[in-house]
Amino acid sequence: MSVTQMENTTPEPHPRKTYLNEGNTIGSWLLTKDHKRIAIMFLISISLMFIVGGWAATMIRAELVEPQGHLMSHETYNKMFSMHGIVMIFFFLIPSIPAVLGNFMVPIMIGARDLAFPRLNLISWYLYIIGAGISLAAMLSGGVDTGWTFYTPYSSVYSNTHVTMTIVGIFIAGFSSIFTGINFIVTIHKMRAPGLTWFRLPLFVWAIYATSIIFLLGTPVIAITLALVVLERTLHLGIFNPAYGGDPILFQNLFWFYSHPAVYIMILPSMGVVSEIIPCFARKKIFGYNFIAFSSLAIALFGFLVWGHHMFVSGQSVYSGMIFSLLSFLIAVPSAVKVFNWTATMYKGRISFDAPMLYALGFIGLFTMGGLTGLYLASLTADVDLHDTYFVVAHFHYIMVGGAIMGFMGGMHFWWPKITGRMYPERWAKIAAVITFFGFNFTFFPQFILGYMGMPRRYHWYPPEFQTLNILSSIGAAVLAFGYIIPAIYFIWSLKKGPKAPQNPWRATGLEWEEVPSPPPTHNFARLPIVEREAYDYEWMDGRDDSLGAASVTGGKGDG
Amino acid sequence: MSSQLVQPMEEYLWEQYEDRKQQDESYLVGMWTFLSTEIMFFGALFISYAVYRYKYPEAFYAGHEYMNVALGTINTAVLLTSSLTMALAVHFAQKRKRWMQIGMLVITMFLAFGFLGIKFVEYGDKFREHLVPGYNFEWNQANVNRLEASTAPINIIPSLKAGSLPADSAISHDAQMYFIIYFAMTGLHAIHVIIGILIMMVFIGMLVANHPSVRYHMPMEMLGLYWHFVDIVWIFLYPLLYLIPR
Repeated sequence: MSVTQMENTTPEPHPRKTYLNEGNTIGSWLLTKDHKRIAIMFLISISLMFIVGGWAATMIRAELVEPQGHLMSHETYNKMFSMHGIVMIFFFLIPSIPAVLGNFMVPIMIGARDLAFPRLNLISWYLYIIGAGISLAAMLSGGVDTGWTFYTPYSSVYSNTHVTMTIVGIFIAGFSSIFTGINFIVTIHKMRAPGLTWFRLPLFVWAIYATSIIFLLGTPVIAITLALVVLERTLHLGIFNPAYGGDPILFQNLFWFYSHPAVYIMILPSMGVVSEIIPCFARKKIFGYNFIAFSSLAIALFGFLVWGHHMFVSGQSVYSGMIFSLLSFLIAVPSAVKVFNWTATMYKGRISFDAPMLYALGFIGLFTMGGLTGLYLASLTADVDLHDTYFVVAHFHYIMVGGAIMGFMGGMHFWWPKITGRMYPERWAKIAAVITFFGFNFTFFPQFILGYMGMPRRYHWYPPEFQTLNILSSIGAAVLAFGYIIPAIYFIWSLKKGPKAPQNPWRATGLEWEEVPSPPPTHNFARLPIVEREAYDYEWMDGRDDSLGAASVTGGKGDG
Repeated sequence: MSSQLVQPMEEYLWEQYEDRKQQDESYLVGMWTFLSTEIMFFGALFISYAVYRYKYPEAFYAGHEYMNVALGTINTAVLLTSSLTMALAVHFAQKRKRWMQIGMLVITMFLAFGFLGIKFVEYGDKFREHLVPGYNFEWNQANVNRLEASTAPINIIPSLKAGSLPADSAISHDAQMYFIIYFAMTGLHAIHVIIGILIMMVFIGMLVANHPSVRYHMPMEMLGLYWHFVDIVWIFLYPLLYLIPR
């Protein structure tokens, strides 16, 4: 690393006021209304939840090494995969990029001093903490064995685990999502800097906007549905219980009406991150800006029309199956538009392979695989065979881990210098990115084959002929774990020991790099910027000789 | 709170905004966005209503026979009037007539209490008639007799007039479904009314104390929007639950 302190134009006797050193008491954090501090608090909380969910995943993979695992009982195994799903989806993936990177970056990217409703933003974090706390307490006091899907009537009548408490936690955390979504929509609509028209917005902002739409329209539906499950459970009603004339398929419809769009809550922000990283490390304007922007909206809207593809074998009418299948194929179009546009952006670009770019490239590859296997599952006939097998598990892990978390890690590396004012160690970051990529594929590619061979999901005893692939998958999971532990270590290390980051280490475009020092001051901008150029104008950026004092950094940028 | 306002007395501008216009519009967009969430919140219940009414038309007819249409109609009138007084309160807030605003809010709040009171009477009746779903629910021959003696147009429920309604059969479950939906929808609506009352109390208290942040009219407009939304939900609930054959 040849990165040195670049803010050396005037030697400062006192350290510059930043959002990090303005108030160091616990209260100054817990009562802050600064979107940047709230983002940091979200980062810490979701990281803790990631450890919990990751621990559950480790237990699952350890159990599956043997065909008749001796590590845990059937009940414990059921609770383990339920915990993994609930924690990872509701308490890690859904808030991950929006509440951390979105919270931190969106106001700065659009030239605002804060989100529109800073207090609501803080409330949103508290709701998340309360919800996560209640759900975690439920898991510690015995857990829940329904899977993250809470299918009725098992969840509402038969399960003897802490379903109610878990659901209450999810219900409360749902309002955290809703408030975050309201904040983003209002902020993006009303608080853009002068000159920052809709089509000059960074594509990350478009992605967060589309995500917020899903937050707003999807989350209330799951909230009321889960509330009905709790009522059914506690008051012995029959809303979803066929014994009382209730319709369990109605539950599935309502559940997937949120939970399918929730997949796009996880993947859209990652797509936004990738749209930021690719042009920067290819030094080119993004190809087809409008198409990428509108494909985000298209994914958000189409995403609400495809939930029935989770229910092909539930007994829903074959005609709705056909229509849902067709719509599910259609939603592949906007996703593919993005992949083609990213690829076209890199064509004839001057590509450098820094860690964020490695994650972004990994995202494209893994997302493509996850998306294409999604088409298998969207075809009615294939799905009859593959439904509830490890093929499905592998498919959605390619989207959620290979897609969403790769994007999250890419974004964390990309914006780490801006967030903390420190550089992470580039060489280690590259190693971690490569380990993550290979570890991930070793974990989940065998599961495609397992599922194709017919191994059902959510069982921990399996025929011995599946053992080889299961062992391969478990070894892969161990490698993947290293891919996450290494960044955790060097990120923490870099907080104290990392070289000071310049304002714009990547010579990237965008207000957060051009106008704001690293780390930003409390209200982001001393004077609000006026935007005069379109996004991703890398020709202009590379034509500048100052690049905000970052030019000398680029010499060392490629070699890490 | 007011210490964070850039010009506390006159402009009520929070520091993240450039000017009042931006702040006013942000408030409005935020409230409308929130209301779209609320629509989806009730939407899940409306779709459940549609599914079960389609599945069990007889049971829904049977259940609605126990609705007190007179009280429901009065409650509709009460809530609509409260929307009028709420609109007036917003109007006086814009005109900065504080005492008129307080008066209108107080009237709105009393109407809201009236709505809850009537609802409470209705719930009590359901409890006595053993129509509250769950442990309280009973559906026996008396219910069927009452149904068969009703003035239902014959084309609505053919099986009813054919005298083919066994008391202990599925219709008991199905009738319970109507009351589950009834209590879920009116219950969620009542929770919204209660929240509205609580916010109105806070507003009235702050207005009487002449607190600076309520002299700014936008929060009042947002409360108004919320209250009209609560009203509109009831406008859908009333015919769907009370006026099924009409």
